[in-house]
Amino acid sequence: MAASEASEGGLSIHPMEQFEVRPLFGGGDEMGLLTITNSTMWMALVLAAVSALLILGMRGRALVPTRVQSIAEILYGFVRHMVTDVLGEDGVRFFPYIFTLFVFILFSNLLGVLPYSFAVTSHIAITGVLALVVFSTVIVLGFVRNGIGFLKLFWVSAAPAPLRPVLAMIELISFFVRPLSHSIRLAGNMMAGHAVLKVFAAFVPALSVFGILPLALMVAITGLELLVAGVQAYIFTILTCIYLKDALQPAH
Amino acid sequence: MEAEAAALLGKYIGAGLACIAMAGAGIGIGQLVGSYLSGALRNPAAAKEQVATLFLGIAFAEAMGIFGFLIAMLLLFAV
Repeated sequence: MAASEASEGGLSIHPMEQFEVRPLFGGGDEMGLLTITNSTMWMALVLAAVSALLILGMRGRALVPTRVQSIAEILYGFVRHMVTDVLGEDGVRFFPYIFTLFVFILFSNLLGVLPYSFAVTSHIAITGVLALVVFSTVIVLGFVRNGIGFLKLFWVSAAPAPLRPVLAMIELISFFVRPLSHSIRLAGNMMAGHAVLKVFAAFVPALSVFGILPLALMVAITGLELLVAGVQAYIFTILTCIYLKDALQPAH
Repeated sequence: MEAEAAALLGKYIGAGLACIAMAGAGIGIGQLVGSYLSGALRNPAAAKEQVATLFLGIAFAEAMGIFGFLIAMLLLFAV
């Protein structure tokens, strides 16, 4: 890659090195199904952080919430509001799933912003699984709920009759590209943000005293990354709601 | 050797060209937020309900830029 050529000039930038999945113990490179890697370790940390917030934070169940409890309540209320907004009261049965998705993505995005950490959601392998689960849920649920009538989703009855087959093709393609765009949006955003941070980090030692300038910029970009972490978690979840809405109430 | 160098050149040029997708995403997001703001300033009472739609639109516009980024990454690392 270009990085190896650049290192000869004194400036070495390895923006993609941070995304490497490697085993934590044993030193070898071979990875089996159950090898503990940095990716799985950070996923476990995400799980621990979420459990700490939601289980320990809500243990008091005080009428006047403590700070931790009110964060947990705000999270819950936010997602609950989003689900009822898009899916209606009927969709509340999917709330646990959507809440789990949101909290997992939000926390892995936020923990990924920590220096020297590993952003779990920057890997398409992980966001791809999340998106495929949503996609297959929509298909299975759509056929279970509506039977063969689910296919009407692709048949735009509001359009003039000669246009309908063409629109059906377009709808079909846009339906099947969903898991791709759904997963790549999240992974791409996280990967791009972290790669930009790494590139700027390489400028800091290279510029000696003037390195303070890229360092200040990095602080600003980290702030932006915090915003992106929240927004991407929100977008992934609300898209999940919208896709589920297709299965519950096919509009066309 | 010649062919390999040409392939490498094409790879890097292609990766650079894929970044043009970001221009489209930028235009799209600018349009979206601009028209949201002009609508929101005319009728601030209705603005808050549309924030979710705004973010959704941004996500769709941004997806195209991300696809360009993906193609650049694929060219650099996978091809």
